[in-house]
Amino acid sequence: MNITLSIIYLIATVTFVIGLKLLGHPETAKKGNLIAASGMGLAIIGTIFLHNLEVPNFIYLLIGAAILVGAIIGWMIAIKVEMTKMPELVSLFNGFGGASAALIGIVEFGSNLGNTTQMITIIAAIVIGSITFSGSMIAWAKLNGMMWKDIRLPKYNIINNLFFIGLLAFSAYIVWSNIDSNIIVYLLLLAALIYGILFVIPIGGADMPVVISLLNSLTGIAAAITGILYGNMVMLVGGILVGSAGLILTFAMCVAMNRSLGNVIFGAFGGGGEAVAVGTSKTGGTVKKTTASDAAVMMNYSDKVIIVPGYGLAVAQAQHVIHELEELLTKKGVEVSYAIHPVAGRMPGHMNVLLAESNVDYDKLIDMDDINPQFKNTDVVLVVGANDVVNPAAHNDPSSPIYGMPILDVEDAKSIIINKRSMNPGYAGIENELFFNQKTSMLFGDAKAAIQELLTELKGM
Amino acid sequence: MTEFIEFIKNNLELLYILILAIFIGVEVIKHIPAVLHTPLMSGANALSGVVIVGAILVMLHADPNNYLALALGFIAVVLGIINVVGGFAVTNRMLQMFKKKKK
Repeated sequence: MNITLSIIYLIATVTFVIGLKLLGHPETAKKGNLIAASGMGLAIIGTIFLHNLEVPNFIYLLIGAAILVGAIIGWMIAIKVEMTKMPELVSLFNGFGGASAALIGIVEFGSNLGNTTQMITIIAAIVIGSITFSGSMIAWAKLNGMMWKDIRLPKYNIINNLFFIGLLAFSAYIVWSNIDSNIIVYLLLLAALIYGILFVIPIGGADMPVVISLLNSLTGIAAAITGILYGNMVMLVGGILVGSAGLILTFAMCVAMNRSLGNVIFGAFGGGGEAVAVGTSKTGGTVKKTTASDAAVMMNYSDKVIIVPGYGLAVAQAQHVIHELEELLTKKGVEVSYAIHPVAGRMPGHMNVLLAESNVDYDKLIDMDDINPQFKNTDVVLVVGANDVVNPAAHNDPSSPIYGMPILDVEDAKSIIINKRSMNPGYAGIENELFFNQKTSMLFGDAKAAIQELLTELKGM
Repeated sequence: MTEFIEFIKNNLELLYILILAIFIGVEVIKHIPAVLHTPLMSGANALSGVVIVGAILVMLHADPNNYLALALGFIAVVLGIINVVGGFAVTNRMLQMFKKKKK
């Protein structure tokens, strides 16, 4: 390999490590992102121009065209996307990375027959890349609301696991039999794509933060494997860094839900039917409805208000009105903060990004462990579009599927206002006894409209 | 089994790098504040677009008459660069929002 290129790859690798490191602190994150991006740019330009191959001009032209087209598309998507759509976007890009790795594997298959080492990496790139691609596309569709229901085949666990074992066996067979057949590769591709679909389709919306992190990690691994194929260090290290970052986030999300990774993937939430039955028999009772003006009065005369945002806030795009509400209350001398559950929303840190978009001071966003002791001294908790993360069943109903999950202890507050569209249970499909609590009043309606009304009432006071 | 040993023998250096990179990744990312989970994820996502280097290599190595390889390589480059450019751009956009209220 060209020595200049090797040095460029080395520099790029270092920028990746430094970039990721800097991304871990609020003050340096932006710099970190730019450093990693410039390293990537160097690596791409170097790869195109610094080699000792005889390459006809039209191939350069094709590469240039591909980069131009892709860069424009990527840029347009990135500047246009709404912050509420971040989980969708990350899934989409993720899928593209996976697809790219799978395509590389397919092309390289024909030229590496007979070489077991290469073959292992090629087959792995095809399988992991395709699973990531189809899995991410399903995640994307689900997040976009195109697939609201979690589709579960009967005995999907067994089917999925058998399918997965079959996929591994098929891959091993291709590696060791040295079959020179494109049809076999396409079959493998198809099987891997199907597995990706089977893998994500039964996973519930509440588990999406875990799935997205996991798929993110898999794309990294796919990139690292193609790196091994080419003996290319920048791909190897870059890919592995992403792989471990994704895994750490995945486990962090699992811890936040008190569930093991296996439990998420192999679906314990599947028992939704029974769980609802148990839940309903326990709760019952009536809910207390309230109006915007009553809620406004309550908040106006309190000293401390905590806002608990959830996915409903994102869906209704209510991040701006909620910030207005917070500012108005603060002006009236009420102490306001936000309680952020680690898995609120559909991806890790989803709520933080939304509220940052509407300019909420990030000192006001308080993590679960820090805010839980504060609920006792809180006059009003306003829950906007959150459900499972405030469900007391996690503490006191051992039969509940979310039992043991750390939650925001909103029931400790003096009064609770819950904004929801209707009485439908949350994504996990579990009844929430908090709604029936004496201290709770329900403010029904779309989050944006309801908060807007609340704001108007407050302004008049 | 012999293939396995052969594999390790031929790729010893790569295996070292692989394992050390895993440790670096874990150490670098551990204890990240929740505020930054989303930007970290989309930043890492952009990094995984490094697979584009492989896609470019596919096109450079392709036989100019092998249109299938060129076409697949072309798509791989497009998808890879969308991942890279889009990922870094959106991360930057997000972090800009965080920055604003730092003041």
